[in-house]
Parts: sequence; C-alpha cells; structure tokens
Amino acid sequence: MRDVHVDQIAETIARLVQDANFKLEQDVTDAISRAKSLEEAPVGQAILLQITENYTIADTERVPMCQDTGVALVFLEIGQDVHLVGGSLTEAVNRGVATGYKEGYLRMSMLNDPINRVNTKDNTPAMIYTDIVPGDQVKVKVDCKGGGSENMSQLKMLPPSAGWEGAKRFIVETVANAGPNACPPLIVGVGIGGNFDKSALLAKKSLLRHVGAPHPDPEWAAREQELIEEINKLGVGPMGLGGTVTALAVHVEFFGCHITALPVAVNIECHSHRHKEAVL
Amino acid sequence: MAKVYITTPLTEEQVRGVKAGDEVYITGAIYTARDAAHKRMIEDLEAGRSLPFDTQGAVIYYVGPTPPKPGQVIGSAGPTTSYRMDKFTPEMLRQGVKGVIGKGYRSDEVKAGFVEHGAVYLVSTGGAGALLARTIEQAEVVAYEDLGAEAVRRLTVKEFPTVCIHDASGGDQYYTGQSQWVKPDAMVKPKKPEAGE
Ligand code: SF4
Repeated sequence: MRDVHVDQIAETIARLVQDANFKLEQDVTDAISRAKSLEEAPVGQAILLQITENYTIADTERVPMCQDTGVALVFLEIGQDVHLVGGSLTEAVNRGVATGYKEGYLRMSMLNDPINRVNTKDNTPAMIYTDIVPGDQVKVKVDCKGGGSENMSQLKMLPPSAGWEGAKRFIVETVANAGPNACPPLIVGVGIGGNFDKSALLAKKSLLRHVGAPHPDPEWAAREQELIEEINKLGVGPMGLGGTVTALAVHVEFFGCHITALPVAVNIECHSHRHKEAVL
Repeated sequence: MAKVYITTPLTEEQVRGVKAGDEVYITGAIYTARDAAHKRMIEDLEAGRSLPFDTQGAVIYYVGPTPPKPGQVIGSAGPTTSYRMDKFTPEMLRQGVKGVIGKGYRSDEVKAGFVEHGAVYLVSTGGAGALLARTIEQAEVVAYEDLGAEAVRRLTVKEFPTVCIHDASGGDQYYTGQSQWVKPDAMVKPKKPEAGE
C-alpha cells in the first residue's frame, strides 16, 4: 500500500487545467501540421494558419486558446495498491478544478442544474471517471472539453443487421451534421458495442488516445482509415468553409455486446483538443 | 471573394456591399450576446422595456469571453455556435440588427430573415479566441452584469476578421464552399439552401 494524499491530486488538477488551456500537446500540434500539408483549399489553409497563430499566442502569453475553456473531464487511473488519504476524492477533484479555473482566469461555464441554469462560478462539477488498475500510482488525465463540439455528438442503438455499413453511415452523417458548428478539423471519437452508456464512454475515452495513433487491432485500424477517408470526402473542411481536411483523426474503440444490439456513439472533439496528464 | 472593410453601425449600402464568401473586416462598436442575454432581451421587449443598446444597424457577436488577466482588455473571445440563437434572431433582425457574428449553420427561418431584413451572417474562426482578442481595443459591460461571461458588452474592434456566410440576397457560403470540395462519391452532400435567389 502506498498513501497518496488527495490534496496532491487537487493541486495536480489545478495545474493541468491551466496548462491544457494555454498549451496544446504535441500530438495535437503535429496533427494540425499534417492537416496543413494535406489541405487543398486556400480558405482551409487560411483557417489552419489562424489556428496555428492562435495556439502560439496562447502558449507564449499563457492565455486560453479558446474562450470556451470547457468542462473539466478528469480521468483517474488509480492503482489498486494506492491508499487515498486526506478526505473525499470527489471533493478534492472539484477543489482542484475550482482553483485552476480561478487562477488561470478561465471561463466559468458550469451550471448547477440543466433547467434552472445558475452558474456555479467555479466551473464545477467536474466529470470524474475512475478506473482501478494494477500498481501503486495514480494517473491523472485532464481534458478540457468545449461545449460546441460536445453538442454535436450522437448515440444510436442500431439493429445488428445494420452492420459495419450502417455504423459507418451513422458516423459519417453525424460529422456532416456537425459541420462548422463543432469547429473542424475534428477529432472523431467512436465507441461501438457494449451497451447504451458503455458505447458513449468508449467514444469519450477514445479521444484520449495519442491523436492519429491507429487502433492496435489491424482490422479496427483499417476501419478507422475507412472512416477518415469517408469523412474527408465530405468537403466540410476547416471551419466548414470547404476543404479536404474535415477530421484530423478518427479513433474507434469497441467492446462485446448483446445479441440484439449494435450501439454506436460518436463523440466529437474540436481542433482545440486540450488534454494533459500526470502520474502521482 | 473580396476583402471588404465595414464600420458600424451598418448602413443598408454597406450591407449590400457584402457578398457571401467575402472576407469582412469590422471596425467600430459591436455588442456581445449569447443564449442567456438573448433570452433577457426578448423578455425585455415583451415587457415593453427598451433594449440595452441601439439596435439600428447594430452588429451582435455571439461570444462569452474569458475574464481578462490584469492588464488585458478582454480574455479570449472567439465565436460560439450560432444555431442556439436561431430562436431569437428573427426578432433581433426586426429590431434593426444588420449583422450577426458566430459560427455554424443557421435555420431556414433565420436565413430567410437575412434576406427579408437586409442583414448579413458573418463567421469568425472558432477556437481562435486569443488571436481574435487582439482586434478588440475596448470592452465594457452594458447590461445584465449578473450573467458574467454572458453579459452584454460593448466591444470596440479594429478590423475584426470574419467571413460572410449568408448575405442579404440569399448567398450561402457554407454550401458554395463545401460544394467545391465534396467528392462525387461522398456519403453525404452539402445541404442545398432553400431560401435564396
Ligand atoms: S468547439 Fe472547441 S474550438 Fe470551437 S468554440 Fe467550442 S471549445 Fe472552442
């Protein structure tokens, strides 16, 4: 057993949410550079140039690259030999988010209640995802996820007869409907299988993969390739103004499912893909 | 595609001079409003109260900026998705608003409204809030301060960069631009505009 104080988790999260909003990780900037080499439309090139200038300013001046500094998604991989001490983990995570958003002059975008809609003024609650894993460390991953792209996400319970073709059509249509609303070029996260909520979780977690890294299973990697080719045929392009790069990457995760089911979830992420991680 | 420079408040002549696909640079005062502020403005109108700014020829920017750091005029200030304002836009156009800035698709009703009222829909680059903030010289809250990031602010901008998507004669740049690049065997084709000439 190794003790980890929850305050350490809070402090880490406070730092990560700021770093995430000020500086893109290299997997994202590399993906944007690849997009620049692939984009054929002059207007698409002009948008990609603005995106690059923007993240450079954000990094050098330590200001948020986007005004929607997001919902704080906090993924905790907790080693089973870790003993968390010092109080409630959930409270510590929210404390970290509140501190980080205040210190970083980030925007408070969270409400107490979806119908009454009163701003909590500290960007809590965070969305917390915990996994128990082997080992005695705690891995903290943070993704500050914007609302514009999240709103364009979709989930559908397809009949098994729809098969891969049906799933592919649903995924491509979801991206086409999202169009400029989701700030393309996009990272498209797909979860197939499991059940209703599992597919959504798979889609969300697929976004955490190194941008553009293929699925380890060659059959699924080929499906990802097929999807990105179909998506980039749409002509949506950077900010929907027309072009050849609509998606930077498509990540698919799958899971076994019931004989009656073919759940497909598409979680859309914009080019401002702000993720950071740390190990405690 | 031309570069057009406009100064607010917009005149009918200025609006007519902007075509879908133009790069449009805005100078002057523009007003911020997003979901919550639009809802309040519509409530104000229904209650017979006046709006927080002069809407004749006004330009509204759909943005909720981040708070300024000490010494900054404003934080990051890029556009939010426009369709959420679709419900309110026809009334704002009836009030004399001549331009709105956001990102993303609009409803058929709103597109028809741009033609009917002689107004334009402009977009700026989503996620480029730090870059766009550099064209904002002044910012002051003029109404609904309790809404925080969603309050109505008067921004003084200098050559704020946008692209015109819908002009006053039914042009649709999302359709035109995407049609140029869509592949013949794409699974979905760009949506044809319903309104327009
Ligand atoms: S979709 Fe992403 S880049 Fe666009 S405004 Fe929202 S957070 Fe920013």
